[in-house]
Amino acid sequence: MTHDLSLKEIQKQWHGTLKSYAIGFLASFLLTVISFALVVTRLFSDRIVMYAIVGLAILQAIVQLLFFLHVGQEEDKPRWATIAFCFTFLILLIIVIGSLWIMHDLNARMMPGM
Amino acid sequence: MNKPLTIHHQDTLELNPDTHLPDLHQDTFSKTTQGFWMYLMTDSLLFATLFCAYAILHTETFDGPSAQDLFSLSTAFTETMILLLSSVTCGFSMMAALRNKKNQVLAWLGVSFLLGASFVAIELTEFTQLVQDGNSWQRSAFLSSFFTLVSTHGMHVSFGLLGMIVMAAQLFLLGVTATTFRRLITFSMFWHFLDLVWIFIFTFVYLMGVV
Repeated sequence: MTHDLSLKEIQKQWHGTLKSYAIGFLASFLLTVISFALVVTRLFSDRIVMYAIVGLAILQAIVQLLFFLHVGQEEDKPRWATIAFCFTFLILLIIVIGSLWIMHDLNARMMPGM
Repeated sequence: MNKPLTIHHQDTLELNPDTHLPDLHQDTFSKTTQGFWMYLMTDSLLFATLFCAYAILHTETFDGPSAQDLFSLSTAFTETMILLLSSVTCGFSMMAALRNKKNQVLAWLGVSFLLGASFVAIELTEFTQLVQDGNSWQRSAFLSSFFTLVSTHGMHVSFGLLGMIVMAAQLFLLGVTATTFRRLITFSMFWHFLDLVWIFIFTFVYLMGVV
């Protein structure tokens, strides 16, 4: 049997700081407000707004992954959590892009007007 | 890895059969957090498939109402802010746990709980309104995929709330220990993850539905 870590040792492994939560919160808040404002005010064309809010969502996802979920900040090697994250991200892209591609293609082959 | 911990590990940990080096991931804390992370990764695949279904079906309204007719942006914006705040207060309870302040941990958890509960309440109100207006999941493929995606997220939040009650009871009885701290960490991972998923629901379902 291996030794279990004490509370102090576990607390040392925790990466969150007040600063990281404050930065994560402010950035997420701003990004949400900007994308909301872009849609509500309609200052730009629909196409630009569409690209902008997707970009802002991805940006916010990165902010939250770094400041709330602490991805890639492990100290022990091998960094299993980071490796698992990268692999999952790859699978996720294959599922999303693959499904949308196939379904769009099938849709395009259907009879027009159906 | 900090120094004293490494030395400590070398005395006690099994050797990794591949490298003959001490294996640093064999303690309960590492195994639990790694395992929970794996669960979150598989959960993100579940949400990815539901997002795909929504992306493909959201135009199939079967002559019923579309996203533009149904969704209220201000409600979704309020929900986003509530969930974000809840995520941060959950982080604050982690910070209190780092300083072994049991009552502060419980207080911040209580705030997170109330915010999470109001999120679920707003969502259920929205769903009730939709169903009462005859726009339930039976109306069209668009609404089926909408309800599946958004209520799967809502269900996760509800189970998170349940977990929070159980964890608060443990914290109240046991205080901040290695075990309760570990559970706090897995819970905060879960809660932040749900906030992250909601960002995509807010963007792809609500904002894009109205553009």
